[in-house]
Amino acid sequence: MEQKELHKPNVSRFALFLAFSRISLSSFGGAIFWARRELVERQRWITEREFIEMFTLGQLLPGPNVLNLTVMFGYRFAGWTGAAASVAGFLGWPCLVVVGMGVLYQHYGALPQVQQALTGMSSVAAGLLLATVVKLAMVLPRHWRPWLFGALAFVGVGVMRWPLLWVMGALAPWAVFAAWKEQE
Amino acid sequence: MDRLDLGGLFLHFLILWFLAIGGPATIFPDIHRYVVDVHHLLTNTQFAEIYTLAQVAPGPNAMYVTLIGWHLAGWQGVAATTIPLLVPATTLTLLVGHLNERYPNAPIGQAIRRGLTPITIGLVFASSTILMRAVNHDWRGYLITLLTVAVVLRKSWNPLWLFAGGALAGILGFV
Repeated sequence: MEQKELHKPNVSRFALFLAFSRISLSSFGGAIFWARRELVERQRWITEREFIEMFTLGQLLPGPNVLNLTVMFGYRFAGWTGAAASVAGFLGWPCLVVVGMGVLYQHYGALPQVQQALTGMSSVAAGLLLATVVKLAMVLPRHWRPWLFGALAFVGVGVMRWPLLWVMGALAPWAVFAAWKEQE
Repeated sequence: MDRLDLGGLFLHFLILWFLAIGGPATIFPDIHRYVVDVHHLLTNTQFAEIYTLAQVAPGPNAMYVTLIGWHLAGWQGVAATTIPLLVPATTLTLLVGHLNERYPNAPIGQAIRRGLTPITIGLVFASSTILMRAVNHDWRGYLITLLTVAVVLRKSWNPLWLFAGGALAGILGFV
């Protein structure tokens, strides 16, 4: 494993903390764009290819995608404490900002102007989610099976409002098994 | 409003984050079900507003859970909703990252990805419809939502501009 990682510059924990703080504080509407810019272009700590592989793996795993990348990245360059330093940078600041927003919301959330602005912004937020669905669905194969699984997940969780644990427990093994058989 | 059970909230979020393959939008429907429908801790509108506020903040989109925690119980609430999102990342991610460097082309990984992608899409679609029903009271709200979709699919503008447009439309009394 040591021979495989040829490109592995020496990165201090503090540098990791700073880099992920910068990523986190500049990322509005998704952190992946800024993570690539900082880690690949600015610091040149990893190559484009390594970055994409790490991100894909992060997407496969549960939890916020870029957080998974953050953990793997920090661990790879500076072990456990490196992972901790990266996560502290990545989540610490947004946590404080969000709490600040929470304080403002509790004080001013009931003002009519704030209410109106929030309503308009919420309609936009719903549109952003819907657009994500459209973009993601474009990469689905033109075959009935993936669309059936997608539809069942939507109906179970979005229409019937069943608990996610039941729906995933019923659908996920079946879906993975079907994809596995298809591969053979 | 039910009495707040922080331990229960913590456990529920912990289970959810292990199911959140495909990111924080996939567990949005179940968080909404738990917080709004089952325990009545927030109203439908409050939930939508808190989610939206967190989308305007810097950082990962997942921070809406932190804001929910803050709104419900201050710093203790922040801990109850935010620590769970770290657990899969610090256990499973490190384990799989390790295994992946050893076995880079395992076919089971490909089957999991191919099998779960459509489910993720269905769940994000569910999130968007739940949010739409919570915030859009008439055709004008839906128009803003559809305009947003159209813009996002054609342009690569920073979403903050769209939020600014939505806020302006709201203040001017359009929605």
